Amino acid sequence: MGLGLAALTRLAGSKTLERTGLRAPVAHLVGAATKNGFRAAGAAGRTFVSARRLGKPARPTKIGEGDLFDLTPTEEQRMVAETVGEFAAEQLRPAASEADSRLTPPAELLARAAELGITLIGIPEELGGAGTDRSVVTAALIAEALAHGDLGLALAVLAPSAVSTALVRWGDAEQQSTYLPAFTGENVPAAALATQEAKPLFDPFRPAARARRTPGGYRLDGVKSMVPRAAQAELFIVSAALEGPDGHRPALFLVESSTPGLTVEPEPAMGLRGAATGKLRLDQVSLSADALIGGGSPDVFAEAVRLSRLGWAALACGTAKAVLDYVIPYVNERKAFGEPISHRQAVAFSVADMAIEQEGMRLVTLRAAARAEQGRPYAREVALARKLAADKGMRIGSAGVQLLGGHGFVKEHPVERWYRDLRAIGVLEGIVLL
Amino acid sequence: MINLEPPKKAATLINQAYQAASQVLRPISRKYDRAEHSYPTELDMFAAVLDGLNSSGSGGAGAAGVRADTEPGKNAANRNGGNLRTVLGTIEMCWGDVALLLSMPRQGLGNAAIASVANDEQRKRFGTRWAAMAITEPDCGSDSAAITTTATLDGDHYLLNGEKIFVTSGERADAVVVWATLDKDKGRAAIKSFVVEKGTPGFSVERLEHKLGIRASDTAVLRFENCRVPAENLLGNPEIGTKAGFAGAMKTFDNTRPLVAAMAVGLARAALEEIERILTEAGVTVDYDRPADQQHAAAAAYLEMEADYEAAYLLTLESAWMADNRKPNSLQASMAKAKAGRSVVDITLRCVELAGAFGYTEESLLEKWARDAKILDIFEGTQQIQQLIVARRVLGKTSSELK
Repeated sequence: MGLGLAALTRLAGSKTLERTGLRAPVAHLVGAATKNGFRAAGAAGRTFVSARRLGKPARPTKIGEGDLFDLTPTEEQRMVAETVGEFAAEQLRPAASEADSRLTPPAELLARAAELGITLIGIPEELGGAGTDRSVVTAALIAEALAHGDLGLALAVLAPSAVSTALVRWGDAEQQSTYLPAFTGENVPAAALATQEAKPLFDPFRPAARARRTPGGYRLDGVKSMVPRAAQAELFIVSAALEGPDGHRPALFLVESSTPGLTVEPEPAMGLRGAATGKLRLDQVSLSADALIGGGSPDVFAEAVRLSRLGWAALACGTAKAVLDYVIPYVNERKAFGEPISHRQAVAFSVADMAIEQEGMRLVTLRAAARAEQGRPYAREVALARKLAADKGMRIGSAGVQLLGGHGFVKEHPVERWYRDLRAIGVLEGIVLL
Repeated sequence: MINLEPPKKAATLINQAYQAASQVLRPISRKYDRAEHSYPTELDMFAAVLDGLNSSGSGGAGAAGVRADTEPGKNAANRNGGNLRTVLGTIEMCWGDVALLLSMPRQGLGNAAIASVANDEQRKRFGTRWAAMAITEPDCGSDSAAITTTATLDGDHYLLNGEKIFVTSGERADAVVVWATLDKDKGRAAIKSFVVEKGTPGFSVERLEHKLGIRASDTAVLRFENCRVPAENLLGNPEIGTKAGFAGAMKTFDNTRPLVAAMAVGLARAALEEIERILTEAGVTVDYDRPADQQHAAAAAYLEMEADYEAAYLLTLESAWMADNRKPNSLQASMAKAKAGRSVVDITLRCVELAGAFGYTEESLLEKWARDAKILDIFEGTQQIQQLIVARRVLGKTSSELK
């Protein structure tokens, strides 16, 4: 196992990546397997067996309520964000363009991300992870830092941690001991939280996928959309409407990729192409009774939706900042009519607006994250963060292309990719979970 | 530890300001909107209460709470001090009525200027006076460096000559902080601010303006004709030559912009609460979990407004928090002012629209708030000036490069 982020924080920031050999550029060896439109069974996964079982599920310690208004991250958060930021700049950004065209993330990049311990930090030490407190803010800072590198690859990296975080939060002792050890080992499985469906006006609280009760457990039918690394994923958490005495209510189920009736097919989209998104089909998939997460509680489901939206808001902050950081030197260097175009108010004010809205959405996202980790109500704050991330994030993406003009429209610059990626915010549900 | 909730220790202050706003300001809000130019006598008693809030030295509500913190902090790691408390109090008071807060004795923006740039002796001398702020002239607004009011040294006095417009509480205040130039040829380096006390010969109030909104607050045109002001009333350093003097005067804005942003935030919240009540009565409720496009269009509009409100609120707290912690906050102050100023205009106008004819009539305060809101995107630097400041900062441009 590589050095976890928690361990990294004890080392000097920028030297860390060199020491662990994570700095060298990755070679893109994996072919574009997912490009071809074939449908296949889920990845031939490992066998998940219950290991050392705890008497009761392990949950990370809750963080108490803060007394003072404070925008300063803890020393550990600052170092984690810095390290992940360097990783994003040196590994994600250079690999992003090719991953986008090949519709797949470089395997080596994912391996290094696992080695860095991005999944580990959300898992309590008792379960082999590196986390102690359950810090939603730290998770938001990580998502933001990764998305500054590339949104599609950030999703590819974060997808397994959505599943492990759900297990940490809501898994019972059996589920935790069966599945979590794999996420703290050397070979972190691809895994995905699949709640999205390709339906107009989709409401995650009313999935079309159905779960029927059977004598042995449940039978799932339905189609999930935009599942990251669907073809490689060995474990899914899938949402479905569970039939009950008073109608259907949404619930989450653990589904292993090798389960009969489960198939995946590529589903390339406008953006997030580096995340190798796919469609997940469930056709009479039989699950045992212990596949249900959180006892099917409506509160658990609502929290999963909210924490996922929070994740998207944090990702949007990172990518919107990437657009801003890219545009500033461009408009300062690009000359028209004898001077830099940034000397024109029409250009400069557009940049000012991007900066103001990016800062605003970041603060709203951080407030939601801080409230979530302190155990305060946060549904309102998440809804507002998501609204800003969708509206202002997209506006920033659009302004970025506009300010580069024709150069923004061609693939020589990354802004056209960010434009495509940022449209996902506000459209997609699930996939990430803070 | 990242935490964006208002500090627990400010809860009492916030509650007191809220009670005052709802029990003193709101009930007379419409009365003084109609009775423009008549002095809200109810405020005299109330101003004493506010003085009490501010006298602790830790800020309360209104401009008098603003201060340039120079004393070293006891808790250097993270301070929640006077600027944050003042912003929080101001939000509550402006939830009650912006114009009435602006009319509050001893809460003038001149007080903020004195608090920000005066020396200790001056702060002691003028600290208890109600001071208005006079910068704008008939031919110069945003371009403060172009002011033409002159100050000529004559023995141990300065002679002030010129006309100032848009002076909030210019008639009611005890004194006015006047911006004037010592030498027109030397540009902004020669611009200084002077405290001119009411009754000084040569200082007269020309007239009061009739306005779109904030009618309870008087806006005066002032004239200075060979007005003799003691030399020791010049705030800050009397030397010309460095930019420091003007920069010092501009520093006032770093402290007052978060305050105006706070006014906008308070007003926006008032409008949002009122429209939420009206929509609920009409059978429309807002659900934070359901996708906005699955809800009533009015509910979706509400979510959009509330999101902008939240961003403005937190940008405002951020800029005040930075001032408390002595971090340079010009950028964040302008961001907060820009976001809050434009959001409050959009929000109040949209609320009138959503409330229909009821919101448009004088039966509702919504129409008044939509009129009051516009000034918040204009004074203490217009939307466009804030954008210029933000753009120059993020692009690394000087004022001669990015005009």
